[in-house]
Amino acid sequence: MNLAYRLAAGQDSGAKRLPGSLHVNRRLSQWLRVRADGVVEVTSGKVEIGQGITTALAQIAAGELDVALARIRMVPASTPRSPDEAVTSGSLSIQESGTALRHACAEMRSIYLASAAASLGVEVDTLRIEDGEIIAASGARSSYWQLADDTLLDREASGDVAPKAATEPALAGRATPRLDLPDKIFGIPRFIQDLELPGMLHARVLRPASPFARLEKLDTSRTKQLPGVVDVVRDGNFAGVLAEREETAVKALARLALDVQWNETDALPDSATLPAWLKAQRAETKVVDERVADTPAAVSRRLRASYSRPYIAHASLSPSCALAQWNGNSLRVWTHSQGIYNLRTDLALAFALPPEHIIVEHVEGAGCYGHNGADDVAFDAALLARSANGRPVRVLWSRADELAWSPFGAAMAIELEADLDEAGSIVAWRHELWSNGHSSRPGRAKAPALLGAWHRENPSERLPAINPPLVSGGGADRNAVPPYDFPARCIVNHRLLDMPLRTSALRSLGAFANVFAVESFFDELARDGGEDPVGMRLRHLSDARARAVIEAVASRANWSGWQPQEGCGHGIGFARYKNMGAWCAVVAEVEAGREIRVRRLVVAVDVGRVVSPDGVANQIEGGAVQAASWTLKEAVRFDRRRVTSDSWEAYPILRFSEIPSVEVVILDRPEEPSTGAGEAAQGPVAAAIGNAVFDALGVRVRDLPITPEQILAQDSKG
Amino acid sequence: MGVRLTVNGAEREVDAAEDTPLIYALRNSLGLKGTRFGCGADQCGACYVLLEDRAVAACDTPLWAAAGKRVTTVEGLGTPERPHPLQLAFLAEQAAQCGFCSSGILVTSAALLRGNPDPSDAQVREVLDRHLCRCGTHNRIVRAVLRAAREMRAHTEAA
Repeated sequence: MNLAYRLAAGQDSGAKRLPGSLHVNRRLSQWLRVRADGVVEVTSGKVEIGQGITTALAQIAAGELDVALARIRMVPASTPRSPDEAVTSGSLSIQESGTALRHACAEMRSIYLASAAASLGVEVDTLRIEDGEIIAASGARSSYWQLADDTLLDREASGDVAPKAATEPALAGRATPRLDLPDKIFGIPRFIQDLELPGMLHARVLRPASPFARLEKLDTSRTKQLPGVVDVVRDGNFAGVLAEREETAVKALARLALDVQWNETDALPDSATLPAWLKAQRAETKVVDERVADTPAAVSRRLRASYSRPYIAHASLSPSCALAQWNGNSLRVWTHSQGIYNLRTDLALAFALPPEHIIVEHVEGAGCYGHNGADDVAFDAALLARSANGRPVRVLWSRADELAWSPFGAAMAIELEADLDEAGSIVAWRHELWSNGHSSRPGRAKAPALLGAWHRENPSERLPAINPPLVSGGGADRNAVPPYDFPARCIVNHRLLDMPLRTSALRSLGAFANVFAVESFFDELARDGGEDPVGMRLRHLSDARARAVIEAVASRANWSGWQPQEGCGHGIGFARYKNMGAWCAVVAEVEAGREIRVRRLVVAVDVGRVVSPDGVANQIEGGAVQAASWTLKEAVRFDRRRVTSDSWEAYPILRFSEIPSVEVVILDRPEEPSTGAGEAAQGPVAAAIGNAVFDALGVRVRDLPITPEQILAQDSKG
Repeated sequence: MGVRLTVNGAEREVDAAEDTPLIYALRNSLGLKGTRFGCGADQCGACYVLLEDRAVAACDTPLWAAAGKRVTTVEGLGTPERPHPLQLAFLAEQAAQCGFCSSGILVTSAALLRGNPDPSDAQVREVLDRHLCRCGTHNRIVRAVLRAAREMRAHTEAA
């Protein structure tokens, strides 16, 4: 569950409603601090995961406070000081943290204006602010820096100060270069992988041979004899090595792996028949949404189709990393987790400590697209650091573990059925889906949701993944409710209660497969009735902003001017992310030869008020390319025992020479609230590619990924 | 008993076993953290450095193979005070999201531009094909490399 859910669920009800996550982090000093040396420190609970959020938040603060961007110092999140904004997920940081910060800054501005007025002996309305200088009409001057006083912000937000109007010229809305990029481009230490603490040991974890393997025998003697090895740790099925040097830790792990005996079980599904397996499992069934027509329509056609997606890996470019250090009964952890407070909750459970004994500090990691191994490796580091006599311990996962042991995006099976009337209008729609839950995040259950905790002598319970409620966007059922004006619809979700492969949140959760299915099926209905897919969508949509992105993308891609060519095709996909976020429409153009090549993606997006135009474009481009990679290539491979896609060779992703051109059209709406951009393109891209492949070849691929093998298989089915 | 090599123009001695992968010597012994560990098997390109003038995987190059040779890391390409045209171009194009793949790509691109000052879009992609980017910033990266090539040519012609 993200913060949106807590806010929607009315936690802390009774207190006055404050905007964004200011509602649950009410003290201004949690967010802002003025320093006498001309700097404003801004602390957000949302963290940088490669999406550029720190820059966008700094822009918001600078604009609201009337200071130069260079005066804003973004303070890394850490417990217990920074605001608890739960998890950086769901494309919600601008809404939750940006909104809170905008209002907190407005209050700070007003407090400092009042203070300046008092000290200068003038009326507040005679004052203006220029880069932190507070200037009276009389010419008398003060500044944030002169007046800097921590007690001024040591109070709860009142909720009575309105931020600047969106139309006022401020920094927001201008392209601002990312603040964190220079360090990364010049190779200056900034990533958690670069963090080196005095006396630090290097550690590696010996993962089980397969998800349900039991450690029968471990001979640590030869490993312990290697020079530079500090200790070999075992706790049930969990084992690891600690060494003075990194290369020694790597060697020691390789040695240890030879001296181990596992008892393995065949407990994984048959990957060749995954959709059938999903439908046959124990499940909790829920009607997600149902609408019954006022007057039943006469049905002249009924169509039905089944879709699926495989398990998908996060496949971040760096393996997960963490550092941990014990001081008696207190633990300090450095992590690239998306939710430092949630991680602290589970570490407290895992080590039976009061949360106040644990400090969790955020340090930037490589790109993060959901719940990856970041939290797990933090647990590994904490567990191994218990054998380090108070020295800090750095753990880096291997590439194989990153690909095989991070949680996966869940496999899904989807069945769709539609009724059409005489005029070719859709009068009823049914969507049924089978999937594991899409969240196993820490901090939400009675047992710690940390991989290593499952492998200990006293293992924590392996709880099956859950789904966030639909009010906060849903999980497996995200975007299963179609955005079209159908008079009748019924959406059913079967959440699997067993979880042989661990699943959790991956960028856009269920929306990727649901939108792929809904928009592919919509195309099938249009083609079946001989209607243009764009025209048929518009005919079933009354939402003006939905229509606008579809019209914009069709126009930019010159949809109606398309010249058919042998082996080439174009297709469209549309969704409003979570049915309450960004509107996004995509046109894909493909060339189908020996390989499927996506030549061009055109994306039109409406995220309301744009804070950083280039930030939005970068997120949409990146999302579109990643979605194209998922669509064309990606599937976690496994046999009945082990995950086998544990290298980049076995888990290929799209490469430079295969990347489509991506054009992004942003429909700016300065008067509308901002929504996130990071996940909006995922589903529409998959559908647009699938529809373009059909246009090119006349073959409908309903099971992702769309590989030449799948096309041949579909083609031979007829 | 150390291994001697020239790193970013300076003579260095590394106190590590000869079979130590170069990446650990650079990152841990010499404190040059810009070279990234991504896979340990030369499959992702994150750890590329120049060995003499050739881009190689530092995770897959033993220290002995670099003994007595010139090694250039991303830190050796340029600094904020004296940036390489590629680094300026990457910033100008905002050609990154998480930035974890950037170092290796900058190094390979520097080697490319040394041999071919005027590469085509397709040539840049071909050379960068061994580098993975998971955030999907490929097109920005290609634009940045082409921009740097243009600026370097303009600079050469002006000189």
